[in-house]
Amino acid sequence: MGVALLDSLKAGFDALPSTQDDARREAFAAALADGLPTTRAERWKYTSLRALERRSLVASASLLSPVDAALLAGIPAPRLVFVNGRFDASLSDISNLPEGIALRPLAHALADGDAREASFLARRFSRADETFAKLNAALANDGALLSVAEDVRVAEPVHVVFIGAPANADIAWHARSLIELRRGAMLAVVEHHLACGDHAHLGNALMHVHLAAGSQLRHARVQDDASRGTLIARTDAVLARDATYQRVDLELGATLSRHELNVRLEGEGARLAANGVLLADGRRHLDTRLGIEHIARDTACDLVWRGLAAGRGRAVFHGGITIRAGADGSDARLSNKNLLLSEGAEIDAQPVLEIHADEVKAAHGATVGRLDEGALFYLRSRGLPATEARRLLTAAFCRETLSVLDDAALIDVLGVQLDAALARIELAP
Amino acid sequence: MLKIENLHVRVAGKDILKGLSLEVKAGEVHAIMGPNGAGKSTLGYALAGRDGYEVSEGSATLDGVSLLDLEPEERAALGVFLAFQYPVEIPGVNNTYFLRAALNAQRKRRGEPELDSMQFLKRVREKLQVLHIKDDLLNRAVNEGFSGGEKKRNEIFQLAVLEPRLAILDETDSGLDIDALKLVAEGVNLMRSPDRAFVVITHYQRLLDYIKPDVVHVLADGRIVESGGPELALELEAHGYAWLKDRIAPNTAAA
Repeated sequence: MGVALLDSLKAGFDALPSTQDDARREAFAAALADGLPTTRAERWKYTSLRALERRSLVASASLLSPVDAALLAGIPAPRLVFVNGRFDASLSDISNLPEGIALRPLAHALADGDAREASFLARRFSRADETFAKLNAALANDGALLSVAEDVRVAEPVHVVFIGAPANADIAWHARSLIELRRGAMLAVVEHHLACGDHAHLGNALMHVHLAAGSQLRHARVQDDASRGTLIARTDAVLARDATYQRVDLELGATLSRHELNVRLEGEGARLAANGVLLADGRRHLDTRLGIEHIARDTACDLVWRGLAAGRGRAVFHGGITIRAGADGSDARLSNKNLLLSEGAEIDAQPVLEIHADEVKAAHGATVGRLDEGALFYLRSRGLPATEARRLLTAAFCRETLSVLDDAALIDVLGVQLDAALARIELAP
Repeated sequence: MLKIENLHVRVAGKDILKGLSLEVKAGEVHAIMGPNGAGKSTLGYALAGRDGYEVSEGSATLDGVSLLDLEPEERAALGVFLAFQYPVEIPGVNNTYFLRAALNAQRKRRGEPELDSMQFLKRVREKLQVLHIKDDLLNRAVNEGFSGGEKKRNEIFQLAVLEPRLAILDETDSGLDIDALKLVAEGVNLMRSPDRAFVVITHYQRLLDYIKPDVVHVLADGRIVESGGPELALELEAHGYAWLKDRIAPNTAAA
């Protein structure tokens, strides 16, 4: 089966120095055997990769021009920056890391041969529709490694930035990252996906999140890629006893963006509060798929996702929650509300709740609609012009998700990014 | 100032107002009373310009300007204010931000200079003080999680900041206990002025103990069927709307 994309990645794989690694060879062979998932695969039902699989992409290419540091003006240190999937020391700044935090690129750990640090790479992916995770396992040789020592609590966010920059050919980059919080640690992380200039790269970002007992992570992920790029991202998180994971995902950019957020609530009392916004304007295709698993007793998840589709955009949301047998006392909530802002736009919303335990509380719902006429009239009756009233309500609809981060300064910054993205949308009456 | 003639309004294909006429002069307070379903709220919505309130006949002018073809925001800029019976909760929209945006949008439309945040805050503080409203209201989302009383007071606060020509209060007394009612009424009384008119829509006479109307109208079956002084409200209270039905029957027959 000749698939241009996979053939082109093979050339890149053969050129990698790490190909002698058996695990990588196995992963790559499995990815080639499976091919890219098609819309016949249940997990990819609403996202077609046919245009992507016909493309040829190189593993690396030289930049047309250096990345302008101004792009990072709003992103303070400590920050770790990757350009087209490779660590960029000149744009990064980790000189004043708070004590107890370790942050460095995966490439450095691999170069040092630090087996313990790189042990998370051993994870195997077996499902036939996990081609991108397999490709990532085979090809990624950079990414962010971030760990926080026991009981170290830091409020100032650490930034991890992925930038796509124009090169002399469109490339496929793979980054694999790990955020690890030891027992009782607390940290905030902001993950940025940005673009400078126009290109049509494919980014494949896989992130592992390990939260030990009693730790707390606040994690904002802002996908604001202003290019024609494609981003396939996956986050796999595991929470131990009484760990807390607060998370916001803003999907604002890229031509095609798919994010899978898989969270395993493995320890008793583990809590996930995750919110997100999908802003599918223009011809953007945004697909977010949640797979939340309640494994231990008394675990909780509270999920609030907001979708907007305008122009010919398409927003796909799958909110899957599974409560395993024995996870009694679990509490699962999912609210997914969507606004359809134009005739040509499309929203596919699918909340799925699977319960195998007896004593649980669960509530889920998804709606697709238009702005509330009553609220609109109320604002207009006070003098606000219709377009401004719509803008205000639309912004409020999305901003509601940010409150979960519980950090006023961070919420402000994200709110500005959200507003800038919303300003692109034509709010026709 | 407000002149309504032979107003017919249809909602969802049903005739609700059937030839309502009303004239309110600047400085006056008119009460509109009537049984449920008489069309009281429809009158408020039709004047404020809500979608779905279709005017099939008649006219309504404010200071000689016809309201009925205007957008709600244009009517607001001319000085129409409707205090809602059920103020809408709008999560995520800050009360102060919203009110300043609304005031400045009105001023812009009228060709007046917009207020900067200092000027606006000064105005807001004055009004809060006069109305005895705590300023935590400013930092909350519009009506979100407000008690019934807080919502109504927020309406009066908006009224005070926007300083409309014509304020229509739609059952502002509903759902309020006597203390909240007194506070709201006090706010309205403070806003009375020679160049402002009030139309107070209510089901019960109780509110009129605290807001003294100049004229009381009875609205029944889409029309004003009786007008009089404050004593009319007391008669209604004593005899109920059933009494009214008996009284209007002969008139209707004669018409």
